[in-house]
Amino acid sequence: MSMINYASREINCKLVYYGPGLGGKTTNLEHIYGKVQPDMRGKMVSLATETERTLFFDFLPVDLGTVRGFKTRFHLYTVPGQVYYNASRKLILKGVDGIVFVADSQIERMEANIESMQNLYDNMAQYGYDLTKIPFVVQYNKRDLPNAAPIKDLQSNLNPGWPVEDTAKQREVPDQYHPGDLLVYEADGGWVERAPYFESVAVSGDGVFDTLKAVAKLVLKSLS
Amino acid sequence: MTGAGSWSLGEQDHHRITEHLNDLLRESNARCALLVDRTGQLLAHAGDQLQFDPTAFASLTAADFSANDQLAKMIGEPEFASLFHQGEKESMYLADIARRVILVVLFDQRTTVGLVRLRVRQAVGDLVRVFDEMFQRGASGQQAARPFLEGADDEIDKLFGD
Repeated sequence: MSMINYASREINCKLVYYGPGLGGKTTNLEHIYGKVQPDMRGKMVSLATETERTLFFDFLPVDLGTVRGFKTRFHLYTVPGQVYYNASRKLILKGVDGIVFVADSQIERMEANIESMQNLYDNMAQYGYDLTKIPFVVQYNKRDLPNAAPIKDLQSNLNPGWPVEDTAKQREVPDQYHPGDLLVYEADGGWVERAPYFESVAVSGDGVFDTLKAVAKLVLKSLS
Repeated sequence: MTGAGSWSLGEQDHHRITEHLNDLLRESNARCALLVDRTGQLLAHAGDQLQFDPTAFASLTAADFSANDQLAKMIGEPEFASLFHQGEKESMYLADIARRVILVVLFDQRTTVGLVRLRVRQAVGDLVRVFDEMFQRGASGQQAARPFLEGADDEIDKLFGD
C-alpha cells in the first residue's frame, strides 16, 4: 500500500521480488545495493539461514528521484523461494504495490517456476489482490546459461496473458521494451494482456535496473 | 479491491500523532517511540535521536508483528495486541493500533515495563481515535479524491529517462 507522507514529503511504495528458490531474487537486490549511491539507499537487511538461503526476507530501501516535489522511496523485498516457507512468503505480500517475478530460465527449473507463479496468484488472491490489475513484471534470469529455455517457451508457460474484458482497453499496446511485440493484442477472437518481461543475468547485473525501473514506473503511474 | 491502494499522512495528522507520542514519553519515562505501518513504513518518531537505521528497523518491526500474528492464530488467539522484547539494558514494547499501525516504545532501566505498559494502553486509545478519523476521512473521499500524481505522467517518464 503506497503511503504519501506530507510531513516528510515522501511517497513510499513496496515492491516484492517473488519466484522459485535459487532463482536470483536476492542477487537482484545485492546488485542494486552495490550500484546505487549510498545516499540514495538504506541498509540492506537479510534474514537468511546459515547457508545464506532467504529465511524470511531481504529488504532494501532505495530512492529513485523526485516527483511533484516528493521523494520516491521504494522498499524492495524478496520472499523465501523454497516451497515450505509459504507462511512467511505470504506475509511479505501484505500491502504490496508492485511485483517482480524472477524466473529461473534453466529448462529443468520450469516446473518450479510454474509452481511459484501459481503460488503467487494464490497468495495474492487470499489478500483480495488481483495480480492482473497491479504493477507486475516478469524477469527471466540466468539468460547466460547454456541450458536456458527459449523466451518463447518461458512466456507461454509463465506469462501467457489474461483476457482483457474491459472494451475500453481492447486496443493494441506496444511493448516498449521489445519493439515489434505487443503487451495487449487480439488472439483467437479475444483480447489478451501480458505482463512486461525482461531478460537478465543478475550476477553480472544485466537487466536488473531495467526490471526495477519498469516496475517502479508502473507503480508511480498507478498513482497518476 | 485489486491492489493494496494508497493512503496519505497529512502534516496536521503527523503533528497530532507526534504530540501523543511526546505525551507518552513524558508519562512513561521511555526513551523514544516510533509508529510503523503494517507494511513496514516508518510514519513518525518522537524522543531520543535514533542510533540505528530507522527504515530497516521499521521493516523488521512489521515483520515481527506479522509473524507473531500468525503464531497467535496457530494457538487459537485472534491476535497478540502487544509484544514485549526484553534486553539486558534496552527493551521494547510493541502495541497494535487499529490493526493498521504498530506503536514501538524503546525504554531502558529508568522506567519499568509495568509503567510503560500502563501508559501505552492509554496512548493506544488516543492514537486509535486519530487513525480511525484519518481512515474514515480517506474512505469518505474528503482527502485526495483525485489520484495524488494525476497529470504527472511526463514527470514520471522523465524520471525514468523515457
